[in-house]
Amino acid sequence: MCAMRDLDAKAREAKGKKAAFGQDIDLESFSSDNPFHEAVQDIGQLPENERERMLMAGIDTRPGVRSGTYLQKDGTSVYSTSLQEGLEIIPIKTALEKLDWVKEYYWKLLSVDTDKYTARARLDLHNGYVIRALPGAKVTYPAQACMYIEKDGFSQNVHNIIIAEENSELHIITGCATAAHVARGLHVGISEYYVKKGAKLSFTMIHHWAEDVAVRPRSAGVVEEGGLFLNNYISMKPVKSLQMYPTVYLKGKGAVARFYSLLVGSPGGELDVGGRVYLSAEETRAEVISRAITNGGNIIARGDLIGEIAGVRGHLECRGLILKEGSIHAIPELTGKVDGVDMSHEAAVGKIAQDEILYLMSRGLNEDEATATIVRGFLSVDIPGLPAPLKEEIDRAVELSQQDMM
Amino acid sequence: MLIVEDLQVKLGDKEILSHIDLEIRPGETHILFGPNGSGKTSLLMTIMGYPQYKVTAGKIFFKDEDITHMTINERARLGIGMSYQRPPSIHGLKTKQIVKICSGNEINVNTLAESLNFSDFLDRDINVGFSGGEIKRSELMQLIAQNPDLLLFDEPESGVDLENIALIGNTISRLLERDHRCAPGKSVKETRKERTKMGLIITHTGFILDYVTADKGQVLYEGILACKSNPIEIFKQIKEIGYEECVRCAT
Repeated sequence: MCAMRDLDAKAREAKGKKAAFGQDIDLESFSSDNPFHEAVQDIGQLPENERERMLMAGIDTRPGVRSGTYLQKDGTSVYSTSLQEGLEIIPIKTALEKLDWVKEYYWKLLSVDTDKYTARARLDLHNGYVIRALPGAKVTYPAQACMYIEKDGFSQNVHNIIIAEENSELHIITGCATAAHVARGLHVGISEYYVKKGAKLSFTMIHHWAEDVAVRPRSAGVVEEGGLFLNNYISMKPVKSLQMYPTVYLKGKGAVARFYSLLVGSPGGELDVGGRVYLSAEETRAEVISRAITNGGNIIARGDLIGEIAGVRGHLECRGLILKEGSIHAIPELTGKVDGVDMSHEAAVGKIAQDEILYLMSRGLNEDEATATIVRGFLSVDIPGLPAPLKEEIDRAVELSQQDMM
Repeated sequence: MLIVEDLQVKLGDKEILSHIDLEIRPGETHILFGPNGSGKTSLLMTIMGYPQYKVTAGKIFFKDEDITHMTINERARLGIGMSYQRPPSIHGLKTKQIVKICSGNEINVNTLAESLNFSDFLDRDINVGFSGGEIKRSELMQLIAQNPDLLLFDEPESGVDLENIALIGNTISRLLERDHRCAPGKSVKETRKERTKMGLIITHTGFILDYVTADKGQVLYEGILACKSNPIEIFKQIKEIGYEECVRCAT
């Protein structure tokens, strides 16, 4: 257990360390005391109001639509079941206790002393999940994980490990939501992704928080030869403060990473979201695409590609739409460390073009309908390789968000 | 019926149309000639209701309603539709979606697209990277779906390749109920009488006249309408003596 003690020592030193980006959060103002939650036998039997909240974050509790489910309420893992051979879903605390191999993946891509949030996720870990597709397993239906905050003022500290073993295919939808009565909360989430040789992982995160919730995910992934990592992030509901900058290392020949983010900033909200990819092996490719809309919030959309070897290709695209007040700051960065890298970016921030609205009005829509149609189009990004059920969840999140924006 | 009465229009601070009178009865199609910058598109945009075109005097009536100050979508619902020369691109809005918007979901988009040789474009974002001819076909598809009573065409033949010009011309002719086929048991005259669709077509090249018969032609020159006459005659004159001389001679 020496390694764990070392982690703790490092974490303790970083307890007060501010993060590189985002507002500083007063951790002491949130409670880490985990209330008791009973294990859930059948997610289909959850109270309807909870199932509805979860559904808004893409968590579907009906039978037959998901290959497995992990559900955590506040700090407690209450349900963890895989329905498909080759798919493992285990609460991380159980995994760390019982499975030696898990330690090979725990805090290996992220440093525990990165900032006070990583420190907290180690020193005060509630739970989280390990989801793994075994070698060659094709998990065609998505697996789902839900992080649910039920206690007002709670600080939910989780750590997740996602592994797509060689030549496997794994699709995960992870939804984060608060109970209807929760106004305030903090979510600190560590995620480490491992996409091995020839594997394909799509990870779609839908956040459905409340107006006074702060969110600090810390994520990193590694993709081996011929692997594909699709990382989709959707945050369209009001949230107070969100900052994340996931990093992916393309380590094997021909590895591919694609980030897609759809962000909506509501009044009073601060969103600082990016994606960073190190292209460190031959023929690797990366794409970081974001669409940001604000109707009063402040959004920073970052993207960073680092080309370390000749022949790699990458593209960044940040598009922002200011509907009403608020601001959008697009920060695309490219670093080529050798000649022969091919990386580009495009960024555009503006308002909805009046001629587009008028064009649609001349087809019979009123001004609000025309605006909504253009916004929906702006947010509809084709994500190659994403299975239909996930595409539907994203479309639904976009559809739901429209009601708030207009 | 469309009645434009002594219309005066400003774009920004500049007066671009003055004393325009125009009357299009049900079943009639008019051709609007005129050099670049003469105000042809502005007249169409004003009839459609684009707010940047400020009506400073005069009135526009359509179907007995004063539409001078109606919004664009109110006019669209009343039955005015337009085929644009350079419509905006809208990212993320598929061509098939906009066609559905036009029809209020009441049309088989696939069949319609086949008839215009446009099936491959249904899943493309509207107007994004479309060629001139593709834009025209997309605009026509939207107009067919919308099924308006007054159809405004802004240079429907510009940028269209020879292969598609007949397709476009014949489609416009059919839309304006001018395809000369007699209804069963009726004479040509009776069929003509039953026409209700009104058309106003801007043309630069006159190619459209090979496909669409029109009742009247007019020349818009420096913001003033002149030479109401047979469209083919006008076109001939313009070709022979030019716009300026044509207008001078008529006034």
